[in-house]
Amino acid sequence: MTEVSTSSTTGFLDYAPAPESTSVLNLKPSYGLFINGEFTAGHGTPFQTISPATEERIAEIANADSADVDAAVAAARRAYERSWSTMSGADRGKYLFRIARLVQERARELAVAESLDNGKPIKESRDVDVPLVAAWFFYYAGWADKLDYAGLGPNPRALGVAAQVIPWNFPLLMLAWKIAPALAAGNTVVLKPAETTPLSALIFAEILQQADLPAGVVNIITGAGDTGEALVNHPDVNKVAFTGSTAVGRAIAKSTAGSGKRLTLELGGKAANIVFDDAPIDQAIEGIVNGIFFNQGHVCCAGSRLLVQENVHDEVVDRLKQRLSTLRLGDPLDKNTDIGAINSREQLERIRQLSDIGEQEGAERWTAPCVIPEKGFWFAPTIFTNVSTSSTIAREEIFGPVLSVLTFRTPAEAIAKANNTPYGLSAGIWSDKGSRILAVADQLRAGVIWANTFNRFDPASPFGGYKESGYGREGGRQGLAAYLESAGWSAR
Amino acid sequence: MTRLAVPKTYKLYIGGKFPRSESGRTYEVVTQKGAFLANASLASRKDARDAVVAARAAFAGWSAATGYNRGQVLYRIAELLEGRRNQFVDEIVATEGASKSAATTQVDTAIDAWVWYAGWADKYVQVAGNGNAVSGPYFNLSTPEPTGVVAIIAPQAATAGASLLGLAATVAPAILSGNTVVVVASEGAPLAAISLAEVLATSDVPGGVVNILTGSPAEIAPWLAGHADVNALDLAGAGALDWVSLQVTAADTLKRVIAPETGIPAPSLERVVALTETKTVWHTKSLI
Amino acid sequence: MNATSQALAPAERAVELIGSDLTEKSLRLHLEGLPGVDAVGLEQRAAGLGTRSIKTTSKAWALDRIIELIDLTTLEGADTPGKVRSLVAKAVNPDPSDTSTPRVAAVCVYGDMVATAVEALGSAHGDPDAGLISVAAVATAFPSGRASLPVKLLDTADAVAAGADEIDMVIDRGAFLAGNYGAVFDQIVAVKEACRRDDGSFAHLKVILETGELNTYDNVRRASWLSILAGADFIKTSTGKVAPAATLPVTLLMLEVVRDWHRLTGERIGVKPAGGIRTSKDAIKYLVTVAETVGEQWLQPHLFRFGASSLLNDVLLQRQKLTTGRYSGPDYVTMD
Repeated sequence: MTEVSTSSTTGFLDYAPAPESTSVLNLKPSYGLFINGEFTAGHGTPFQTISPATEERIAEIANADSADVDAAVAAARRAYERSWSTMSGADRGKYLFRIARLVQERARELAVAESLDNGKPIKESRDVDVPLVAAWFFYYAGWADKLDYAGLGPNPRALGVAAQVIPWNFPLLMLAWKIAPALAAGNTVVLKPAETTPLSALIFAEILQQADLPAGVVNIITGAGDTGEALVNHPDVNKVAFTGSTAVGRAIAKSTAGSGKRLTLELGGKAANIVFDDAPIDQAIEGIVNGIFFNQGHVCCAGSRLLVQENVHDEVVDRLKQRLSTLRLGDPLDKNTDIGAINSREQLERIRQLSDIGEQEGAERWTAPCVIPEKGFWFAPTIFTNVSTSSTIAREEIFGPVLSVLTFRTPAEAIAKANNTPYGLSAGIWSDKGSRILAVADQLRAGVIWANTFNRFDPASPFGGYKESGYGREGGRQGLAAYLESAGWSAR
Repeated sequence: MTRLAVPKTYKLYIGGKFPRSESGRTYEVVTQKGAFLANASLASRKDARDAVVAARAAFAGWSAATGYNRGQVLYRIAELLEGRRNQFVDEIVATEGASKSAATTQVDTAIDAWVWYAGWADKYVQVAGNGNAVSGPYFNLSTPEPTGVVAIIAPQAATAGASLLGLAATVAPAILSGNTVVVVASEGAPLAAISLAEVLATSDVPGGVVNILTGSPAEIAPWLAGHADVNALDLAGAGALDWVSLQVTAADTLKRVIAPETGIPAPSLERVVALTETKTVWHTKSLI
Repeated sequence: MNATSQALAPAERAVELIGSDLTEKSLRLHLEGLPGVDAVGLEQRAAGLGTRSIKTTSKAWALDRIIELIDLTTLEGADTPGKVRSLVAKAVNPDPSDTSTPRVAAVCVYGDMVATAVEALGSAHGDPDAGLISVAAVATAFPSGRASLPVKLLDTADAVAAGADEIDMVIDRGAFLAGNYGAVFDQIVAVKEACRRDDGSFAHLKVILETGELNTYDNVRRASWLSILAGADFIKTSTGKVAPAATLPVTLLMLEVVRDWHRLTGERIGVKPAGGIRTSKDAIKYLVTVAETVGEQWLQPHLFRFGASSLLNDVLLQRQKLTTGRYSGPDYVTMD
């Protein structure tokens, strides 16, 4: 009889590859612009979309020039006037229900496409992104014929044509956040996906065809920054919704000033994740990890500043480092991958630069022991301790898997440090004491506050920031306000 | 030679199953012209008692489901009704004597009512609930919660368009918030009710959430009105009964009562909220 | 129940951690000072660990390891010598059609069946770390634990005398829920002492918390620490006679306690989830949870066990699929 072996030959924890198959995808070699219910060639120079994990080409993507933008807006306007604005809310709702169901049916395909194009782990796109997309459409479908109840005044009306520009970090989810409420409220849409992540939006366009959505109600035009600029500045657009960097948000706010267009912005953040000494410690560690390393830290509401009560600093940091040693970085399509690829070379450069500055300014750098693949864009989870409130890495949004650790002594000090930023998107509070959680939540200047949890999203829950994190809310009853006006008043 | 039909047996729907009445009784369902259609179960007070037990047992799970989940279940009911439209149109034509186009309109309206109510499941809390700005260091939140087991006297045959739409109009608003129900169907036109039960049984609706009794409301309603484990009583279709005495009976256990309506109740958020209880929670707030 | 200054039995670990002034009061202060558990977060972490996809070589290794970690169990009032012999035969030779199948770690029976099990094992009886099979006995008025201490100690001593290598005891949940931590503590210490053999060696002590009755995760954390301080070699989730039995979140929590104890003292305590683990898929989730919480080295018979009976056959079916490439069926594994 043999002795029980003391370890597996490969090491059990090195789990054998468990790749999600790409055979579920029906990729075309090239994609056009989705205008007026059909795919049509763009007039700008087409570009490639690549997998950030392998740097391999996925497909050729059309580039919308200003003539294409005109055509898309015109299609949206026609659809608004001829079919969508005269359709009953119940019927608009039925289309949205159909879309929700189709997303559920093609969920696997969408998740694989998202991970391939964006670099995020399939575990996240499959378990978080795509289910939320379906839920978002399902939720807003139900509002379409209930707008009188939304608390926005009697007979609220749609605004008309909405121009929507979305980022690359949650491509399909950001699309859902924009399109679902806009349509439920009776608007038509021209949406521009991010340059590096157009794929899931283009498959979504196929779903719109399957849902038989009237032509022109949703138009999806791919392109780069100039396409987006042309779109938001188009004179026949009534509403602009933008999610992305604070710098671009500022520019849009300036260029739409006085134009009569309604504007909502969802911009950057530098959220504080506050851990008190009475926090449920193991769950707090999970929350910190989830807060900054989920989606490779490419999250506007990421808990990028850990504010830990000084008397438990060492223990928390120690446990954090131990926990990070079980994170798996690698192929986004492997079902066991926890940390995927950085979305682009540009973003990787930015993360590296800011991290180097962190070191230069005197913070202590620790990196998780991950094996980095040869090709692709990767950055191992990194923690900076000994960070002061004046450090660059404590002030600027890095948008990567980099955590800055600061300390505080009292609840009031934690609040002051948390609020001491031009941003105000989100915050986390970890404590076993309810009265403290609620009092701290009261004083944090942030639009979303998570207590004993982090990065929780739900279509019923409004999301949006204070201060330079933008204005307007997405999700919930409040999320309809951006797309409606009631007789007699509107926020211009 | 025309093909010989296989006539359907119509039983009760209790706890997710289709039992006959424990009394063994049936009654004839006939067309407007008096031709025989089917023998429907004639529910007894014991069937009603069993239905309440089943509804109570199902309440914990159904009320704990997320609004999103309940909304999806109600939407699924609409999907399946859509797929079986023809069967319902035929039954309505036969039992109500309605024209095919009127029957079709009724089925369409019923399906759309399910869709309308499905969309409320995860939203009514946002409209009917709210934070409250109390004067003191307290977090204060009011939330509507399902009241429990609801007994419903569905619109009866005398009301045009009752057999399917009457059920949609009373059952959907009750269950979307998490209530479970015992429904007494239209006495004269019960077939659509049992076919609806078949739809419910195949739509991910947990057994016991909806229980359907066919038979005589005059006989059954008093037992439901007096039952101490029924929390609310919807008398929508009880207009032709001595409903005031039903309300008096219900007062013994302080049930929430919805008075009868002429016609089919229109889609209304008020009906949803009327079958909920508002719970207000206080929690202290303090930094130190 | 008022905490008293009455001294508790001076178990070594407790004295080391809390101090020589070991009383109900000091024990209670320590247990109540432990960090809380957020149930939502704990369950989410367990669910996340459950999404690990274990394939090909990892799966083959895992299936074999699961078998090597099973305490094959029969704990029925209706247990007969015949039933126990049959169980032992299965433990020694789980899959007659495949001699590469490893053996289980132990058989687990009632105290009065220990002699039968020892005899049936014959030369296969021994240390599971050496590929042999040990005999674990439940004791202390299992499963309820509702008997006087002398009765529980005699129950234990009988099983040890009959040849049990391991004792699975139950804590006094009534005393725990009444806040009588000192009583729970002293009982464990006494049972540990009853595990002492004449030659000075000890039967290994597994302490069953019966997490289903303790109900809250905070209680489970406290009971885990209490048991370790009192001298447990293993902490075990359940008797298997109460629902819920083992769950992934509760096992995760107990592994976190064991991890923290190791960080604090360098000592390794074992963990045994028992009851309700019926499929290979579920068992693999537990292996993942162990590996990612305390490390792979805990996946050894002296540090981790599955308390199970029907799990073994499901693992054998999975092994057969890996070997033959086709799905197997109940006719291809022995029922006993």
